[in-house]
Amino acid sequence: MEHHSNIVPWQMLCERTGAILKVIPMNKEGELVMEEYAELLSDKTKLVFCNHVSNALGTINPIAEIIKKAHGVGAAVLIDGAQAAPHIVADVQALDVDFYTCSAHKMCGPTGVGILYGKEEWLKKLPPYQGGGEMIVEVTFEKTTYADLPHKFEAGTPNICGGIAFGAALDYMHQIGFKDIAGYEAELLDYATQELLKIEGLKIYGTAKNKTSVISFNIEGIHPYDIGTILG
Amino acid sequence: MQIKEIQEEIIDEFSMFDDWMQRYEYMIELGKSLPLIDEAYKTDDNIIKGCQSKVWVHAELKDDKLVFTADSDAIITKGIIAILIRAFSNQKPKDIIEAETDFIDEIGLKEHLSPTRANGLVSMIKQLKLYAVAYQTQIK
Repeated sequence: MEHHSNIVPWQMLCERTGAILKVIPMNKEGELVMEEYAELLSDKTKLVFCNHVSNALGTINPIAEIIKKAHGVGAAVLIDGAQAAPHIVADVQALDVDFYTCSAHKMCGPTGVGILYGKEEWLKKLPPYQGGGEMIVEVTFEKTTYADLPHKFEAGTPNICGGIAFGAALDYMHQIGFKDIAGYEAELLDYATQELLKIEGLKIYGTAKNKTSVISFNIEGIHPYDIGTILG
Repeated sequence: MQIKEIQEEIIDEFSMFDDWMQRYEYMIELGKSLPLIDEAYKTDDNIIKGCQSKVWVHAELKDDKLVFTADSDAIITKGIIAILIRAFSNQKPKDIIEAETDFIDEIGLKEHLSPTRANGLVSMIKQLKLYAVAYQTQIK
């Protein structure tokens, strides 16, 4: 369900701070078990994170509900939108999500650049993660005053080319229209699923009612490595 | 035949094909001729780490030459290890240690595989060479 990029950093955080990582279980269809999620939440919960869409299964997670429940116990929510962003338009304000991330390379853009959306109140509270030029108001050898948002998080010379290229990629996607993209993908997903199921011994992993165009499968008696190589 | 000659032979064979589908078919064929590892040696200790599919390799010294046997649960991987074993098996440990591995680049295998799989290929070569190093010290 989750990508390593939304597991490993949190494990590193747990090692550093002593925080405890709890995992929301999923059912056979590849959907989060929301009842169990509700039970995992407590006033000790600091942060809830999951992906909007699973890159492995295609499942669209019910993030509106996840966010609402987390806020109910005072926890912040980070949604990894890397897989969702090219397929679904997320209204971050309506969702009331604290943080939402996505990667340019999943949206026809360049590598090494992405988006971290954060609520202003959170971003004001968070300390800079890097120090350097451009992120300061005043520097003396005694004390440094950090610049306002977003400069506080943009130390040094940024990835200017990446930013411009990402902008062009987003313009391109908007030109096609996210609604049209989603509609066409849904059609392709249905067609591909139907055709794949005609193959004897083929099993699809991730059959959530609400899913985007990702199909993971195995064929009985054939190593997934071999199928991947031949199809790749 | 010397390692270098066998490698030239493999490069020649692969250059006969026009596309990768044919090369994969050929690799699968080569996998069938792989000298299979004895079931007794198919243990976790003999699995090469860093491969997505399971690859077992065993080595033993016969006279002064190192003989490799192997197996894999994926047929393309089996073909890859078969190519490597064809190049390196039945050779003196010293020659295996000193052998170049450019032929892998020349048949285009490494660049055709995804980075994770290419790493697996590198792990296989490294493991064969490690066996050679281990047996070389025994000879001395």
